[in-house]
Amino acid sequence: MNPSTPVPSAPHEHTAEPGDATATRLLAGWHATGRPADLTDHLRRHGQPPVATTFGSRTSRPLVETVESAGLTGRGGAGFPTARKLRAVAERRGRAVVVVNAMESEPASRKDQFLLAVAPHLVLDGAVQAATAVGADTVHICLPRTRTAQCRQLSTALDERHRARLDPVRLRLHALPHAYVSSESTALVRWLNGGPARPQGSPPRTHERGVARRPTLIHNAETLAHLALIARYGSDWFRRTGTPDEPGTTLVTVSGAVTTPGVQEVALGTPLATIVDRAGGPTEALRAVLLGGFAGTWLSAEDVCTPLTRRDLAPLGAAPGAGVLIAFPHSACGLSETARLLAYLAAHSAHQCGPCHFGLPAVAEDFTALATGHADPDLLSRLHRRTALLPDRGACRHPDGAARLAASALRAFADDVEQHLTRGACAAARRPARVPVPTAKPPETWR
Amino acid sequence: MSHARSLRIDRIACTGQGLCAELLPELISLDEWGYPVIKDQAVPDHLRPHTRRAIAACPRLALHADDGPA
Repeated sequence: MNPSTPVPSAPHEHTAEPGDATATRLLAGWHATGRPADLTDHLRRHGQPPVATTFGSRTSRPLVETVESAGLTGRGGAGFPTARKLRAVAERRGRAVVVVNAMESEPASRKDQFLLAVAPHLVLDGAVQAATAVGADTVHICLPRTRTAQCRQLSTALDERHRARLDPVRLRLHALPHAYVSSESTALVRWLNGGPARPQGSPPRTHERGVARRPTLIHNAETLAHLALIARYGSDWFRRTGTPDEPGTTLVTVSGAVTTPGVQEVALGTPLATIVDRAGGPTEALRAVLLGGFAGTWLSAEDVCTPLTRRDLAPLGAAPGAGVLIAFPHSACGLSETARLLAYLAAHSAHQCGPCHFGLPAVAEDFTALATGHADPDLLSRLHRRTALLPDRGACRHPDGAARLAASALRAFADDVEQHLTRGACAAARRPARVPVPTAKPPETWR
Repeated sequence: MSHARSLRIDRIACTGQGLCAELLPELISLDEWGYPVIKDQAVPDHLRPHTRRAIAACPRLALHADDGPA
């Protein structure tokens, strides 16, 4: 898969109106028409956006409360309760700012690009609703500048809204440098403030002092699209699918050894095996799945019956993350693939924090030695020690993600580790790679 | 009753000079590249003076003790 491909294919499935309780909500329009929705299509399907009620309003139920009872959580990876973020920004003094995070820097993820391509106005509606709810006057939409087609499409969508005088707030499109850590929320704020698109760390937290030192609400594009539907159809509607603890649907990008890779919308709680089946099923016997992307967790094939919820995945050390699922076949070497993923993550360190700057390349090198069968006797204990020292020691969670990947690979491919240590690299290690990894070279620019 | 304090390192500012581990070995050690590893974030009362000294000694002003439990 090429990261700059703007419109990946999604399997056509059952068609459903968003009023239905089925799993298709964000992509309902796409499934019904098979073409991207312009403003006319969007308004015909969903009607005019409701007049948002501001936080603290006495006249009707504020959006923050509706989102809270809907139980929406962030779909960008961290899974933080959306209402809590809205409230934190709304309660601050001063004009707030809303930032739409559409960076989607995870190379195996396509869901935000797909959503923005087929239903841009759902995302923009959500951003405007959120802005009104927290008292913001500006919405900044952040995209990577490498996705020129997407920038153009979104700019057209913004023109449509402007001509229709739809929005009471300013919407501004920004094209940022494309690097793995540039999608981190503090990196967006730093770039919008004129700096490099590198994570800033905290304090101050962005909800206290973010863009132009104003309280700043940052949400992933998909999260805002869900919010737009909640504002229209209510929290009870939202809860009609998913699990009671983790309601609603989520977008997942399925790739690897499946018949029809693509973006799916599934109810939270859908077993991973069902998601693989909906992608046409595996093309060969599966050894493992990589859940959550390059900074995700390897799960062995026995765990594919696990439902896609934070609660069910937590005991396995995994999380739904940004909804990336890579099906991994028996015929490939998990250690070699992990070594390449780690080399990429190491190259994409922002080189700001010592533990990440030095620790990531060291772990990646150890892994390469293990994968190629050139391990020294101390390798495994050194690898465990270095991996354990990555989490919680950076301005952002980049090293934590790399550590999660490395540690889970040692667990899920424990048999291979043993074989690589004692008998050298397996035959599969010499076969071509199965997980497409962009070249492991540092980003050209941060500004 | 004094407030609990917890150690925090500004990882971007820190360049691994290592003075903190020298002055506060009870709570801070160094990794193989000389960057601090916090063994325990919570600062016990009897280590407060040492903690203050370590904070003041950091040439990068990267070591902090924040209010509140770790």
